[in-house]
Amino acid sequence: MPEAQPAFQFVDLRQQQQTAQLGMWTFIATEVLFFGGLILAYCVYRTGNPDGFAEAARHTKIVIGAINTGVLLTSSFLVAWAVTVARLRQSGIASVLLWLAALLGLGFLALKGIEYAIEYHEHLVPALNFAYGGPNAASVYLFFCFYFIATGLHALHVAIGIVVLAVIGRQARRGLYSDRYHAPATVAALYWHFVDVVWVFLFALIYLPGRAS
Amino acid sequence: MTARNYLTEDNSLSSWFFTTDHKRVAVLYAAGITLFFFIGGAAATIIRLELATPQGDLVTSDVYNRLFTIHGVVMVWFFLIPSIPSTLGNFVVPLMIGARDLAFPRLNLTSWYLFMLGGFVTLYAVFVGGIDTGWTFYTPFSTMYSNGHVVLAVTGVFIAGFSSILTGLNFIVTIHCLRAPGLTWYRLPLFLWSLYATSVILALATPVLAMTLLLVALDRLFGIGIFDPARGGDPLLFQHLFWFYSHPAVYIMILPGMGVVSELVSVYSRKTVFGYKFVAWSAIAIAGVGFFVWGHHMFVSGQSPFAGLVFSFMSFIVAVPSAIKVFNWTATMHKGFIRFDAPMLYALAFIGLFTIGGLTGLFLACLAYDVYVTDTYFVVAHFHYIMVGGMVTAYFGGLHYWWPKITGRMYPEYWARAAAILIFFGFNMTFFPQFILGILGMPRRYHIYPPEFQVWHVMSSVGASILAVAYLLPLFYLGWSMFFGKRAPSNPWQATGLEWQTPSPPPSHNFAATPVVKRNPYDYSLKGEARPQNA
Repeated sequence: MPEAQPAFQFVDLRQQQQTAQLGMWTFIATEVLFFGGLILAYCVYRTGNPDGFAEAARHTKIVIGAINTGVLLTSSFLVAWAVTVARLRQSGIASVLLWLAALLGLGFLALKGIEYAIEYHEHLVPALNFAYGGPNAASVYLFFCFYFIATGLHALHVAIGIVVLAVIGRQARRGLYSDRYHAPATVAALYWHFVDVVWVFLFALIYLPGRAS
Repeated sequence: MTARNYLTEDNSLSSWFFTTDHKRVAVLYAAGITLFFFIGGAAATIIRLELATPQGDLVTSDVYNRLFTIHGVVMVWFFLIPSIPSTLGNFVVPLMIGARDLAFPRLNLTSWYLFMLGGFVTLYAVFVGGIDTGWTFYTPFSTMYSNGHVVLAVTGVFIAGFSSILTGLNFIVTIHCLRAPGLTWYRLPLFLWSLYATSVILALATPVLAMTLLLVALDRLFGIGIFDPARGGDPLLFQHLFWFYSHPAVYIMILPGMGVVSELVSVYSRKTVFGYKFVAWSAIAIAGVGFFVWGHHMFVSGQSPFAGLVFSFMSFIVAVPSAIKVFNWTATMHKGFIRFDAPMLYALAFIGLFTIGGLTGLFLACLAYDVYVTDTYFVVAHFHYIMVGGMVTAYFGGLHYWWPKITGRMYPEYWARAAAILIFFGFNMTFFPQFILGILGMPRRYHIYPPEFQVWHVMSSVGASILAVAYLLPLFYLGWSMFFGKRAPSNPWQATGLEWQTPSPPPSHNFAATPVVKRNPYDYSLKGEARPQNA
């Protein structure tokens, strides 16, 4: 197995590791602002139309949403586990865990797809087939605009994450990572946890309004 | 014979287009923004020609709308924002910190490609018919009524936004992690403090613009009505989100200039910068406070008077760190051994023009006065003093200053001084009359106006033609000097920064051995002696 060497702009692997991590944290900060803009807009409209948004939220599929939350949280756990064992040079276990996490990601997308299909049949998709009656129709329409944009963008991030996890899993299998060199695995894990956290916020904001009473 | 350097290392075309060398990426950026600068400038030229007469005799109203939109979009996103950070910054950041490259060299090249792609998508939108919304893309006009190619233009800006984000991210991480041994934060050249502050804005504000533009594009494509009042949407929310990015973006368009001027004033006064820590932290303060002033673009939009009050107050606060910088540059020059080389002329022009631009900004921060001059030429003149008088002047100053390092050739000094002076006069003649026009009541974005305004418009147009010539001059003499200029020594200005302690042009890996930093960045004595940071 070849010993890992730092890229030419770094003095040593430790510096490379720190740089990679700070890079990912900075990227996550930009992503927070990216989703933050959308969540802000959502909150503004929800504050303006509390009844309509509560009514609309009751049409979301909370069972699928809840299962999906569990799926993502579990995958995050597997990824964290994988990074730990990769540092202990248990390459086989690490790659299996990463691929399992990627599979869970695929499961998440599949469930999300089923959810979209149900919503399509219920005529809740703006710009495609939206049809909804009642006094709060305009608010429900706005809610579903945000619903599809937010969950769609999140799904895109999940899809990218699945590819990343699959590649990192393959690298782990080849025994590339060790306690000295594990920057790609750590950074990919950070990204995956972030995607997970975004979902936790979206779940609370989108599925839960109007359910308590 | 010169030793191999980053320019002569490999001359094939693919070695340029697939380079990850920060110095070559900087040159690629320079080529890109020069192209966009002249496209934006051409639009401005037609605008000024049209405005020479009160009638709309050169272009129709519809074409005029498209012209000022092209001018704004191209100049803001494809020239000003990448100007100093992506060219000069890209070139000197690793050199100044004694590193071999930026933290993420491939990401750096990616961001150039994204920038060019965004630029060409926007230009394509111009060629197939243009956009008539103004650079601000205000809703609901942009989403519902505009007959221009809003989606294409917005897509171009959206793509270029990711280039900004990646550049900002790269600089932040590089400055944190790749500094040479001994280079503590308080030994960083002030240009790096400015770029750091700029990068924070690039990384944190641009994503909000990306989201906002995405919503505009979706709204326009699918008519989903997020900004359509008839559907419960709120057009004002667009303005909040847009200015949450675009006001900090104004500081993206001035902080790097301030950083350049801090370098120039010190080198050409042969003195250490007065109040180094204050100048350094004022950059951070401007970036920080700059995130909380966006509402001053919306005093007449119908936002709550209380919000207006707070935003007005915060806008006044930003003036404090800005003034600290101006005072400290002036104090730096006091009793200095001043040399009036071309870069110093640009720096002096910057200080004067930025002061006028900044002080008129305070007029606009006053709620009552702002109501009077909103959407008039007063505002146009104000932000051109900051962005053109400030940033473009600083860009030229920095370009001349680092030119020997970038190309290995000296620029012709007398031509450069003549251009600097011509730019200063041309600029003032173009934009000072616009303050008066604004106070007299001339609204922006109109090309037909009452005849009594003509004298000021003619003055402005004459100034613009001088300015156009002055901006073309460097293209010729700098281009000439690339091939025929005198060969530059490694440190032609006897400056202290690490970038001057390696040959001009630098070798591909920047330094033969990683420098060890032993002193503060501006160690000049009055006899004109300079002690390099690593000596």
